Amino acid sequence: MDPLQEVLRQVTGYIYPNEVELHWGLLVVVYPYLTGLVAGAFILASLVRIFDVKEVQPTYRLALLTALAYLIVAPLALLLHLGHPERSFEIFLTPNFHSAMAMFGFVYAWYLMVVLLLEIWLDYRKDMVLWAKKETGLLRWTHLVLTLGATDISPNSLRFDRSASRFITLIGIPSAFLLHGYVGFIFGSVKANPWWSSVLIPVVFLFSAIVSGIALMLLIYFLSTLLRGKPVDMPCMDKLATFLFYALVVDFSLEMLDFIHRLYEAEESIHILSQLVFSRLFLSLIILQAFLGTVVPLILLGSVSPALRRKGILKLPEELRRLLYAGAAILIQIGIFSTRWNVVIGGQLFSKSLRGLTTYKMQLMGLEGLFTSAFLLLLPVLVLLLLIYILPPWAESEQHVETPAGD
Amino acid sequence: MTQQSSRLLLVAALLVVGLSAARHFLVPKTFGQRGHYRAAAVDAIEKLPIRYAGREACALCHTEIVAMHGKARHQSVSCEVCHGPAAAHTEAPTDIKPPAPRTRGYCPLCHGYDPTRPTGFPQIDPVTHNPVKACISCHNPHAPEPPHTPEECGACHGQIARSKAVSRHAQLPCVQCHNTPEQHKITPRLVHPEKPRNREFCGGCHAQDARSPKEILRIDMQSHNSRYLCWQCHYPHQPEGD
Amino acid sequence: MDDPKRNSPCSEPPASESRREFLHTFSLAAPLLLLGLRISAVEALAAEPEAAYNARDHYYGMGIDVSKCIGCGRCADACKNENDVPREPYYFRTWVERYVIGADGETDVDSPNGGIGGFTSKTPDKEILRTFFVPKLCNQCTDPPCVQVCPVGATFATEDGVVLVDNDYCIGCRYCIQACPYGARFLDPRTKTANKCTFCYHRVTKGLLPACVEVCPTGARVFGDLKQRNSPLARFTRFNKIMTLKPHLNTKPKVFYAQLDEEVR
Repeated sequence: MDPLQEVLRQVTGYIYPNEVELHWGLLVVVYPYLTGLVAGAFILASLVRIFDVKEVQPTYRLALLTALAYLIVAPLALLLHLGHPERSFEIFLTPNFHSAMAMFGFVYAWYLMVVLLLEIWLDYRKDMVLWAKKETGLLRWTHLVLTLGATDISPNSLRFDRSASRFITLIGIPSAFLLHGYVGFIFGSVKANPWWSSVLIPVVFLFSAIVSGIALMLLIYFLSTLLRGKPVDMPCMDKLATFLFYALVVDFSLEMLDFIHRLYEAEESIHILSQLVFSRLFLSLIILQAFLGTVVPLILLGSVSPALRRKGILKLPEELRRLLYAGAAILIQIGIFSTRWNVVIGGQLFSKSLRGLTTYKMQLMGLEGLFTSAFLLLLPVLVLLLLIYILPPWAESEQHVETPAGD
Repeated sequence: MTQQSSRLLLVAALLVVGLSAARHFLVPKTFGQRGHYRAAAVDAIEKLPIRYAGREACALCHTEIVAMHGKARHQSVSCEVCHGPAAAHTEAPTDIKPPAPRTRGYCPLCHGYDPTRPTGFPQIDPVTHNPVKACISCHNPHAPEPPHTPEECGACHGQIARSKAVSRHAQLPCVQCHNTPEQHKITPRLVHPEKPRNREFCGGCHAQDARSPKEILRIDMQSHNSRYLCWQCHYPHQPEGD
Repeated sequence: MDDPKRNSPCSEPPASESRREFLHTFSLAAPLLLLGLRISAVEALAAEPEAAYNARDHYYGMGIDVSKCIGCGRCADACKNENDVPREPYYFRTWVERYVIGADGETDVDSPNGGIGGFTSKTPDKEILRTFFVPKLCNQCTDPPCVQVCPVGATFATEDGVVLVDNDYCIGCRYCIQACPYGARFLDPRTKTANKCTFCYHRVTKGLLPACVEVCPTGARVFGDLKQRNSPLARFTRFNKIMTLKPHLNTKPKVFYAQLDEEVR
C-alpha cells in the first residue's frame, strides 16, 4: 500500500493536507548527529591545545581524525536527501544570503578547509615528511603529495607549524561552536514551527554535540586501545569521563530550562506539544533521551568518575570503571541520536494548525531507509580506519626530528 | 615567507580561480536580472498551458445561453464550474465538446444539505427530494428557478428549520413571527421577511397576562431582564438552550 | 460588453440554427482558421498583444469571504485541473477546511481530499454553535519566510507580488516547505521540486482570473490588483473587516479573509 495512505489513516485530529508527507526524515536526523560528533570531537581536541589538559593528550590526533572522518561523511546524508543532488552546487554558486542553510554551506566549507584540514596538516606535516623518507610505493607518494611540497623541517619551520597550529585551534574553537550552533539555528530560526523556533535550540544543539563528541572519543579511544592490545591510559579515560560529566550537566540544565520555560509560558502550542511528547515521542524522548540518555549517564558518571570527588563517589576498580564509562558513552550516543530524532521528526509530527498529530513511517529500503542510514552511521568508522592508516595518530608513530634535520 | 605559507597560499589561489571559473560557466545567464532568481523561470511559468477559458470566452459564441444565464440565479456560477475546463474547446470547438453533468450526482455538490453551508443558501436533501429524477428535468441549469416556489421556508433555510423542528417552537409556523412577502420566494435577496422588533412581540404569548395557551411559559415582562431584547439571550429557533 | 461576434468564427447569421449549420459545414475550417491566425478565443480576450505585460504595474492579492463559501470544492478541483497537480490527497495548492464549533466549545476541523468532491463525511454529531468553510491557499506573503530560507534562490517573489518556484533550479531540500506557516507547499513527487499555488500566474499575466476564482460559484474568492483602485479586491477590502492568517508571524499575507473566525489557524 502507498505508505502515505497508511500515514493518512493514522492521523489524529486535523493536519493540513500537505502535511501528510513528512519531509525531513531519517537522513536529516543522521546529518546533525554526524556534524555534532565533529564539533564535539574537535572541541575535545582543542582542550588539549588551548587549555593544555595533558591527561587527554593521547586522544588529540585521534580526535582530529575522527572529526575529519565524520565531516567527510555528513554531507552525504544531505546529498542523498535532496530532490536534485546534481544541482547541489547551486548553493555555492548563487547562495541566498538570507538563508541559514545557504550560509551554513560556507560555514561548513570554512570549518573543513581553514580549520580542520589546516590543523591536521600543520600537526602532521613534519611526520609526513619523515615517514615519506622511509616508505615506498603509494603510501610514500600519498604523504609527499599531502605535504604540498613543504618539506622544510628546520627548527624555524617547525616553530611556525606549532604557532600556526595554535592560532588555528584558537579560531577553531569558535568555528566549531559556530558549526553545530548553526545547525541548531537552521531549525531555531523557523518561526512557522513552535517546536523548533526557540533561542535555545542552537545552544542545546551545541552542548549536546559536545557531549556526544566527548562520549564518542571515549569509546573510540577505549576500543582502539583494546584492539591494539595496548594498556588503557586510565587518567586519560578518567579525564574524558569528567569532562563528559560536566558537559552533560550543562546540556541537561539547558534542556530543563527549555522545558520549564515552555511549560511556564504555556503558549498556544503547549496543548499539541504536550500531546506530542506524551504520545508520539514517549519512547524516544522520555525513555531514550531523558532517562537512558541523560539521567542514567549522569548518575553513572557522577558516582564513578572523579568529577565530583577525586577518587569518585563509588570507588571502583579500573576495569569496572572504564566499562561503566563505555556503557555511559553508549547510552549517551543513543540519547543524543534520540535528541536529533525528537527535534527533527518530532517537529513534523504535529500539524502547524496545532490541531493534530501524524506519524512517521520509516522505510527499510531506499535512500531514506533504515539500511542506508545505518550504513551512513558506519561509514565514518571505515573512513577513520583509512585515515588512521594514512596518518597514524598513535604516540609510537610520531616522528622526532634528529638534529640537524636534512631536507 | 615560510614554505608552508607559500604552499597554502598557492592552494588558496587555485581554489579561488577554480570557483570563479565555475561561477562564470555554471551560473545561469538570466540569474539576478530581476532579483535573486533566474528571470527565465518567470517567462517559463508565464507560458504554461491554460485549461480554463473563463466565462467571457463562452460569451463569444454562446450568446443566448449566456444572456439567459446572466439574468438568472446561477449568474455567479461560471460556465466551467459545471462544464469543466473548456480552453481546448475554444481552440477546436467542433472537435472537443465540454461535458455537461446530467446526473443527480453533481448538483448536490453545491446544493446538498450541509449544516455548515451558510443559512439561506438553497439546499435540498438529495435522498428525499424527488428521488431518482434528474435535477435538470425540473430545473434548467442555466436558469434554475424552481418549477414552483417553495412552500416551506426550510427549503432554503434548512438549518433553521431543523433546529426549530426539535424545539419548543416546533408547532409555530415561520410566518407566526416573520411576516414574509410572497416575492421573497422569487427574489430572496431583494425582498426580505420582517423580524419582530420589540419585547412586546414575544410578550404577546409569554407575558403573564397574554391570551395564549396555558402551556406556554410565562415571565414577568417588567422585571425579567428588561434592558435586553428577548432574542439577545434566547435563540428564537431553539429557545430552550441553557 | 464587447461585441461578442468580433474575432470569432461565429460571425455569421444571428439565428442560432444557422450558426450551428455554419459550424457543422466548416467544422474543419474553424480550428484551421484559429490555428492559422494563432489566436484562440482565450487570447483574443486577453490584453492587446501590443502592450507587453509589465510586472511593475501590478501587485496581486486575493480576498476570501468565509461567509460565502459553501464548501463545494470546485476551486480545489479546478486548481488541480489547471495546474496539473497530482490527484492524490497529499498534494494541494488550495484546499477547503470545514470548522464545526460545538456548543461544548470543542472545535472539529476536517478537509477530506482537500474538499474536492465535497464534504460527504458526516458533520460531527454534536450541538453546533458555529460552523463554516474556510478555503486555504498560499498567502503570497509580502515578507515570505519560504523565500527567506531558500538556499539557492529557486523560490522568489516577482515584482507583481506572486511567489513562484523555479522548477529547473530547485534542489529539493524542502526547507521552504518547513518554513511555510500555512502548509501551502508540497514536494511534487514527479519533479522532486517544491510546488505551490502561483495565483495561476500564467493566467493572471494575460488578464484572466486564477482557476479557483473563476469557478467559485458564490463569489467567495475575489481576485484583484492592489495597485488598482477600481478592482473587486479594492471593494472587498473597503467593505469588510479583514483578517489574515497567523498575523503574529509578520509574514504580511496578501490573502485577506472577511468574516474569519478566531478558531481558524
